[in-house]
Amino acid sequence: MTGPAATDPLKAAAGGPDGVCARDTGVAGLVDPGWRPVPASSILLRHDAVRDADLLVMPERVVVLNGEAAHVVRLCDGSRTVTQIVGELSAAFPDAPVADDVPEFLRRVREEGWLR
Amino acid sequence: MTSPPWAMLAELTHACPLHCPYCSNPLELVGRSRELSTEDWTRVMAEAAALGVVHAHLSGGEPLLRADLAAIVTAAEGAGIYTQLVTSGVGLHRSRMDELAGAGLRSVQLSVQDATAGASDLLAGARSFAAKERAALAIRESGLPFGLNVVLHRHNLDSIDEIIALGVAWGAERVELANTQFYGWALRNRGALLPTRDQLRRAEDRVGVWRARLAGQVELIWVVPDYFEGVPKPCMGGWGAVSLTVAPDGAVLPCPGAYALPGLAFPNVRDRALRWIWENSEAFNAYRGTAWMSGPCAGCPRRDVDFGGCRCQAYAITGRPERTDPACSLSPDHHLIRELTDETGPGGEVTVGSDHGDAGIGGKERAAPFAYRRPLSRSAGARMAIDGDRSGP
Repeated sequence: MTGPAATDPLKAAAGGPDGVCARDTGVAGLVDPGWRPVPASSILLRHDAVRDADLLVMPERVVVLNGEAAHVVRLCDGSRTVTQIVGELSAAFPDAPVADDVPEFLRRVREEGWLR
Repeated sequence: MTSPPWAMLAELTHACPLHCPYCSNPLELVGRSRELSTEDWTRVMAEAAALGVVHAHLSGGEPLLRADLAAIVTAAEGAGIYTQLVTSGVGLHRSRMDELAGAGLRSVQLSVQDATAGASDLLAGARSFAAKERAALAIRESGLPFGLNVVLHRHNLDSIDEIIALGVAWGAERVELANTQFYGWALRNRGALLPTRDQLRRAEDRVGVWRARLAGQVELIWVVPDYFEGVPKPCMGGWGAVSLTVAPDGAVLPCPGAYALPGLAFPNVRDRALRWIWENSEAFNAYRGTAWMSGPCAGCPRRDVDFGGCRCQAYAITGRPERTDPACSLSPDHHLIRELTDETGPGGEVTVGSDHGDAGIGGKERAAPFAYRRPLSRSAGARMAIDGDRSGP
């Protein structure tokens, strides 16, 4: 067994992908609209009943998704394309800039290695 | 209101086939007859999940020595807790790996002591490198996330290139390069383990080179050597803030090093509910938050960042657990750390311990400068050896 710091799994516990709703849009073209995002095999999306929050749980880290991010990630089940995810969210949240923000958000989460 | 814990370190047993001198387990290891039962651990997992624990690190000692490990994994998984096995790899055959993965194990962290069999086995105090290599293959074949952990110190920092290359060759997705934290056996062996500043600088430079080379393939984690940084580590994310440790006998501690602190009675899961222990026990509230702090922490803008550093380290070095961690350059006791780190030239090797003669691996009579981690007999002789040779204050 190693020292405490070596096993601290929660260096990013409360942080995550900085809150998570992307505001810096403009690179949405980098995401293939036909991509069917799904959590990476090492990652578990689970609801935390104690904190009433959705989490991405991975070997040494827990990422707390904010409400908007959780809505998006819950649709990433490997069956829906990016286009379909954007469509569903646009219908559910007609006032939100979904078409701009969601592809960029997905790109960033993939860059972290959490979606594939 | 006290916020719930995220993680639990479940020390299932202190028994271990390895005898690493940097182990952070206590000098007085819990004997097997005092370990919690399967039923106890099943209840602990359920209570931990209800309290908010998301992650359990199944550790020890060597958790594979628990024949009921799969049942404990099943209990955790059933309660909704993500489990990571923290193992030496000794005994992690393919069939055992399959059994654990089938029970719901989510990830594995394997240790290795150095990049070659000879050096690794000498540090471990046991022939184990070949078993680790087989374990790495079994983990990879299981498809579970695979982290390799290497504790770094004077005797292996210069092999950092070979160590990282080994992690890549074994197929790890994460290599944790963990500079030794000085608690338990590591504190006792501190004189023999402390590296030099030059060693650390060179190693960290090499980690930077490898990080660029392996970007997107293997994640390299460098756990900072706090004795040398001038900045204390945010130990455990704060006392009673993020994590709890359940020892093999059921004692619950805010961190695995806290057993050494004076004046704290650590409650036991055999007697108390985990929620009561976390929220109400004196031990978990002793250094929770910032109200216990005195200067310089009390007025420091970083007090909510590093939480005053580590209580166990403050105690080990100053004799007073409520002092600022002397690893902090703002600590009035920082000179005590500087005296240690400035003394660690290559000639500073100290021989400690009464049992270094048993390092003769492969017939070699090479005496290692370590007190290997071993269960102590209760004889007066063993006690004297510990009390007399302890390198900490």
